[in-house]
This record gives sequence, C-alpha cells and structure tokens, in this order.
Amino acid sequence: MNFFLTIILDGLIQASWLFIVALGLTLVFGVLKILNIAHGSFYALGAYIAATAVTMVAARGLPPSVGFVAMLLSVALIASAVGLLLERGLLKMFYGRDEVVLLLVTYAVFLILEDVTKLIWGVNPIYATQPYELFGNVEFAGLYYVGYDLVLIPISAAIGFAIWFGLNRTVIGKIVLAVIHNEEMSVSMGVRVNRVYAIAFAFGVLLAALAGALTAPKISMQPGLSSDVIILSFAIVVIGGLGSVEGAAVGAILVGLARAASVHLMPQAELFMIYLIMAAVLMFRPEGLFKRETARRI
Amino acid sequence: MRKDLHPLVMIALVAGVTLFGRVLPTWTLSLATIAASNALIALGIVVLARTGNVSFGQGLFFAAGGYGVALIANAWGLTDAVAQVIIGAACGGLLGLVIGPLIARYSGIFFGMLTLALSMVFYGALVKSTALGGSDGFNVGRPSLFGMSFTDPREADFMLYAVSVIVTGFAGIATTILFRSEFGLASLAVRENNLRVEYLGLSANRIISINFLIAAIFAGASGAFALMAQRHIDPQFAYWTTSGEFVFVAVLAGNQSVAAVFVASMALELVRSFSNLYLPNTWQLVLGVFLLGVILFLPRGIGSLWIRDRHKRRIPATAPLTAERGAAP
Repeated sequence: MNFFLTIILDGLIQASWLFIVALGLTLVFGVLKILNIAHGSFYALGAYIAATAVTMVAARGLPPSVGFVAMLLSVALIASAVGLLLERGLLKMFYGRDEVVLLLVTYAVFLILEDVTKLIWGVNPIYATQPYELFGNVEFAGLYYVGYDLVLIPISAAIGFAIWFGLNRTVIGKIVLAVIHNEEMSVSMGVRVNRVYAIAFAFGVLLAALAGALTAPKISMQPGLSSDVIILSFAIVVIGGLGSVEGAAVGAILVGLARAASVHLMPQAELFMIYLIMAAVLMFRPEGLFKRETARRI
Repeated sequence: MRKDLHPLVMIALVAGVTLFGRVLPTWTLSLATIAASNALIALGIVVLARTGNVSFGQGLFFAAGGYGVALIANAWGLTDAVAQVIIGAACGGLLGLVIGPLIARYSGIFFGMLTLALSMVFYGALVKSTALGGSDGFNVGRPSLFGMSFTDPREADFMLYAVSVIVTGFAGIATTILFRSEFGLASLAVRENNLRVEYLGLSANRIISINFLIAAIFAGASGAFALMAQRHIDPQFAYWTTSGEFVFVAVLAGNQSVAAVFVASMALELVRSFSNLYLPNTWQLVLGVFLLGVILFLPRGIGSLWIRDRHKRRIPATAPLTAERGAAP
C-alpha cells in the first residue's frame, strides 16, 4: 500500500511543476497558435535566475525565506520583460506565416537562448539548495518527504485555479477566450488582439520561468535542461490537447504518474513510457484528450 | 537545379564535384562529407515538405540506419561502404514503410509532434538498452570499398567523400525528376488542399506515405554516412535536436530547388566549423540568428536567390493563423 502511495505522491510532485510549465505552453498555443519550442529555455532561464537570486541573498547572510521570495520576484520581473520584448521585438514580424514557420522561429530562439544561458552562467552545474530546507521534513503515512516538494502541489493547484478563474470569470479572461476562439471576429468587435498576444506570450514565459524557479532548489542547473523540459511539456500538452487548461492538468498528472511509476517499477522504461503515451494519444485522438473538434476549410 | 537542366548535365556535375575532392584539403573533405550526408536527409525533408508536412523526427530513421549498419558491421564484419549505405537505406525504408501509412492521416503541427514523439520513443529505448551501449553507444571499424581497405587516412577520407557525394548527387537527380513528375506535382497539390486532391480521385494518404518512405530511405542512408564518418554511434542520433538541425537545413534551402539543399548544408557546416573555431560555445547562437535571418529575409529559402517566382504564392495581408489546417479530416 505504501508503495503505491509513494508512486502517487512522487507523481503528483512531478506533475505539479510540469503542470505549471505546460500551462504556459498551452496558453501561448491557444492564443497565438505558436507551438513554442523555446518554452523549455524560459524554464531554464527561470531556474538560472532563481539560482543567482538565491545565492546572492545567501551571500548576504539573509534567511532562506527571503531567498525564496527574492527568487520568485526576480524571476517574475525578468521573465515578463523577456516575454514582452520577444513578442514585440521578434515574433510580431512573423504573424500570418505558416504555423510551421513560427515553430522554426521559436526553434531559432531556443538555439540562441541555449548559448546565452551558457555565456551568462557557464557550463558547470549550479545549485541553489538553500530554500529546499525551508519547509522542513514531513512524515506522511510512514513516509518521509521534503516539505518543499509537498508545498509545490498546493502552489501549482492554486496557479491552475487562478488561471481557470481568470480565463472563465473575468472580463480580461473572456476577451482572451474570444481571441482563442476566433481571432478575426474579436478584431472586428474591437479587441486589441496585438495587446492580447503580447500579454499572453509574456504570461506563458512567466509561467515557464516560475516553474523553473520553483524547481531550482531541487535540481542542478546545467546545459541540456531546456531540451529535456520542452520534450516533457510537449508530451503533456499533446496528451491533454493543445490550448486546453484542463488538458494540461490531466496531461501533467498522467506524465507525472507515468514517470514516478516507471522510476519505481521499471527504471529502464522512464523516458520511453512518456513518449509512448504521447504517441498512443496522438494515434487515437490527435486532438488530445480535451480538445473539441474544429471545423476545417475545404 | 533549373527546370530545363538535363539529367546528363547533372550527372556530369556530380562527377565533377567528386573529382574536385582530389584537390580539396583534408579538413574540407570531411566537412563536405558531412555536408553531403546532411544534405541527403534534408532532401528527404524537402520531399516530404512538398506535401505540407514537416517531420521533426527524421532522427528516428537516421538512427535506425546508423544502428542497423553498425550492428550488422559488428556482427558479420561487413565493412563495404556501398553495402553499408544500402543497408542503412533499407533499415530506414523498412521503418518508413511501417510508420508512413500510420502517420499520413495527420497534418501540420500534429504530424510534426507525432514524428517527434516516435523519434523520442526510439531515443528513450536506445538510452536504456545496455546491449547497444546505452547512452555511450559503441564503435565500429573503418569502412572499406569493394574489397579495398584504406589505411592512409587521406585516401579513406576521399573514398568516403566520393561515395557520399555520388549517392547524394544521384538522390538529388532522382528527386529533381520526381519533382517534375505527375506524382511530384500531385504532392504539391496535397499541400495546397488535400481534400480537393481526394476529390480528383487521388489518394492523399498514399501520396504522403510514399513521400514519407522516400524521406525515410534518404534518412537511413544518411545515418549510414554519419556512422562511417564518425565510426561511432550513440542515441544522440535520434535526439530531437539532431532532427531539428536537419529541418534547419531544409528550411534554409526552401522547397524550390534541389541544388539549394546542398548549398544550404554546406553553408551550415561552414558556419558551424568557423564559429567553432572563432566563437567556441556560441555556434548555436550564430545558427539561431542565421535561421531567423533566412526566415525573415529569404522566406522561400536560399533557393529563391536563383529561382525566381515560379510558384509565387500570394499571402493575404489578413491571413488568419492557419489553425484549422491542423485538424485531421
């Protein structure tokens, strides 16, 4: 029994940060119709910035709680700035082109950011473990867990709820939904689509970077981080259905559980499992589990 | 290649480029070998892209070809370069034959994602298979040709260069003929509108499957070349960034000209080796900027530099983002 509990808890912990990353990816796809390959780079960027912030705070002898807050704030600031800059300065030029072209533009951004992070932070692993002890250890049904890991679950649930609420129960959210649904119609109703694009993209970047910051204390930051994360988040949004918030949640939980289960039961199948699920979902429901059928032009 | 260029002229061109390798310095020789091998796989992507589908998982066939050749070479001691290319092409082709018809139903983003997923399944399997060396991979011996073995490294390099240029050259000629054929034109029509193609009595799925098979064969052969050039193979062959690079070459080339693929592949290798030399650690940055520049200023690839608007497609200023094209019928 404990064994299954371990798998489920580990899976949920994995799912919590994966969900935040995937949420950003799915939001950007929903609004801008861009499958953002550079999304993983924003995750890595967030993780690196967080590490710098945490190290700077720790060097001044301040407690880790200050470091935790400082890392979230600095990441939020820098990530939104980077997101706005990229959308206004670069992506804007390619709107109206084929979606595969936009995919390649984000691939170019991925390549550039990959080296930029190497130039700034070097190629050696960086650690930022101070906030990891912040919430102590927790005993849960005879299992010992690091408090920080467990705290991630409610944090991501709260972020997910906030996004859902923002999209479905506020005026701005309804406008964003209108743009997702029919861009041309929203323009003719007076929606400033450009602004929605900029905000949605910046928000997507922010979510990826935030997930990076939240996981930074758990992992070692090194090159290759971004290409691993983007593949996982692709799998999640494809499983759930591109552009769907509920889908991202279900996809994240599935992938998190699959990863945890294969780590505990069959370590050699870890990578394999996730893509297998993704391929299977694509084969039988190419639109993902949570996407409605859309009309097509003949 | 220009529309009116005769196949015999093209064959002469291939022979000329092959002999030119005699006077090239050694470092250019291995560079050109890699460029020719990458051009071959990118050519496959261009063939497939004419149906409107971009494969982000050619690394799957690339790795399948490479591993197939490497395993057979180590098990039976088969080192002949030409035989290895054929085996690589066969491995890629067999896999393409199985996957192509399954995948032909999808289009746009979903096609790209599915190919990516399949190549990552393969990558995941390779990393974990200890019999194949896991993430370290394994080594293979030096290739020979028709019973001759080359001990002089320069001769060996030239042999590999010659084989890769000739194979890629002939693949290019075959592709040019294919592009002009009825089948090639039908492929272009699938990109424009697959439903209308079906109304005309052609099977869009079959057209995509056959193009996919061609791309897979090219990718498998290219994997064999990469293996022979490196004499080592590891799961990185199937990783998505490897596939991304091939798509990069294809985009650089555009889908109007076969010759452009070779030029693009060579340009990429030159950019890579020069930035490796002068800007170590930042060649991806250079590559990214290069790619953005090409997409921005040469939207139809470097092939559009010498082929003028034959198939100029008008893009309406208010074109809606083509989301609905992603849905499978």
